[in-house]
Amino acid sequence: MGAKFIKVLLFKDGRVVVRTREEAGFEPLAAAEKAYAAALAQAGVAESDVQNVFATGAGRKNAPRAKDSITEVSAAARGINHLMPNVRTVIDVGAEEGRAVKCSATGKVDDFAINEKCAAGAGSFTEAVARALEVPLEEFGRLSLQSSKAIPMNAQCAVFAESEVVSLVHAKTPKSDIARAVHDAIASRIVSMVRRVGINNDVALIGGVSNNPGFVDALSRGLETNVTVPEHAEFIGALGAALIAGERSN
Amino acid sequence: MAEKRKEFWRWKEYNWHDESMNPKDADLITAGVDVGSVSSQTVIMADGQLYAYSNMRTGSDSPDSARKAMSWALEGTPLTMGDLAYTVGTGYGRVNVPFANRAITEIACHARGGNMMYGPSVRTILDMGGQDCKAILCDDRGKVTNFLMNDKCAAGTGRGMEVFADLLAVSIEEVGELSLDVEEEPPPVSSTCVVFAKSEATSLLREGWPKSKVLAAYCSAMAHRVYTLLERVGVQKEFAITGGIAKNIGVVKRLEKELGLNSLKSKYDTQIAGALGAALFAKALVEKERKQAAAQ
Amino acid sequence: MKANYGYMDGSGEFFITIDTDSCIACGHHGCVSACPVGMFEIIVDDYDDEVAAIKGDHRKKVKYDCGPCKPVSDRPPLPCVTACTPGAISHSW
Repeated sequence: MGAKFIKVLLFKDGRVVVRTREEAGFEPLAAAEKAYAAALAQAGVAESDVQNVFATGAGRKNAPRAKDSITEVSAAARGINHLMPNVRTVIDVGAEEGRAVKCSATGKVDDFAINEKCAAGAGSFTEAVARALEVPLEEFGRLSLQSSKAIPMNAQCAVFAESEVVSLVHAKTPKSDIARAVHDAIASRIVSMVRRVGINNDVALIGGVSNNPGFVDALSRGLETNVTVPEHAEFIGALGAALIAGERSN
Repeated sequence: MAEKRKEFWRWKEYNWHDESMNPKDADLITAGVDVGSVSSQTVIMADGQLYAYSNMRTGSDSPDSARKAMSWALEGTPLTMGDLAYTVGTGYGRVNVPFANRAITEIACHARGGNMMYGPSVRTILDMGGQDCKAILCDDRGKVTNFLMNDKCAAGTGRGMEVFADLLAVSIEEVGELSLDVEEEPPPVSSTCVVFAKSEATSLLREGWPKSKVLAAYCSAMAHRVYTLLERVGVQKEFAITGGIAKNIGVVKRLEKELGLNSLKSKYDTQIAGALGAALFAKALVEKERKQAAAQ
Repeated sequence: MKANYGYMDGSGEFFITIDTDSCIACGHHGCVSACPVGMFEIIVDDYDDEVAAIKGDHRKKVKYDCGPCKPVSDRPPLPCVTACTPGAISHSW
């Protein structure tokens, strides 16, 4: 139950059967129902065949169909462990929150740090600036890879950043350099949080913002280590919730 | 041709001078220029009395904004820049006031200006500016004893209110009045972050809330946020509010209620506190120089 | 004067408080060299006193810039607080 997208994942006999996604919009519960129904339909599974449903994410407490919920950090740790057992640090950046989780070899949470309730440390910051620049979000990440010049971004607030970007545009700063400045700024905040939990072994990035190549690049540079993005990275939380739901249904 | 989009956040610029005074008779004329991130003010003081002031929007160039605010304050008066004995620059762009003799922080200037505007009994000054929020404690001489300035986050600043005015297509000057036009006080907007509060407001409008109710919810969230900042320095009586948001009755009334304290009223324009303090610092600095010269 | 540098945003309150009255009497200003990211500087304030302050470019980022001294677990004493002999420095988080 993410702030921006609702993700549903069905897990059966040790593998993922189906993944569906719906934009949360103004009616997240209806969107969740729709994504859930779509998942059942695509998998050809009757509702009565689903043994257990767990929710995670910002709206987890209100998730329809769910029998219980687990926190985003537990879901992230459990989900990544299933796919990449060598990962000990998982970074989860969504539309409204950023998290750094240190996890054990068995997918348990050892330590974590969260950045929440401020758009500056999450995907919303990118969205606000992309909108101010009139560049579609999908292009914005790629655009920043074309930049070769690091310029500073002074604003530490998404609202103030919009005004700063307007001045940068007036000063004829290339959009690619602005895009890079934005990704570097968010990455630096996430890096500081990751260092507080510590890095050992492999590092993975999950959550919606992992689709953004500009951010992945900025984060790898900031952490001075290679950050791996698993396939279907925005579904890792849902995967973790499904795995824990499976364990607890037995 | 497409109609130009109305800019609801835009406020009017103005200047004023005291027609009853003849500044040419004054012994000492000083000036304070407060270049804020959104607005710039110039205050001209004749022998410690307020003589003239201006309030304008800050442009992209600070030195230029400072010059404009100064020439607009002088407009219609018999004075020229040559009559100014000393000028202090303050505010976010204070180091970019080319004709200033010294730069002093807006914190110190607000305390000093507040001391004159509200009298020596004022102990707590809250300044809600365009892009920051300051909580200042001061002594009976207007010297700062405790302060904090929040200029990192748009919540609790004029900028945040402008975002809401624009979203709801309500003129910024009318936001406060309109927010009081509710039968029952709604719960405050729960997100502090302006970006998230904006999405929350959009949902409320979709649920059918009238604009006044949405504004009430935002003004009350803003009042609560400012209250939390004030708590950090510890509010002491008497209490005063300066800056642009002091003119927003929707925030002021709710904040006063939460504090259980009424704010002092002043005959002066709340937006000139910083520039007034700067002009007072200028006066004190000239007097100090003159005293030192006389002693030698 | 109690100078609070830092900020409050949706994620919390992050202020470093410096009691500048204690600073005035302090001759050695240990805070300046103690901070691993060099956040402190000695300034002449508006009342012409020599006091410690947080540099302007750090004020809006204290939560992040203080990160290295504030690991999530096993947090050691803060170097700036330890180095300040007059006990003028405190952190809100």
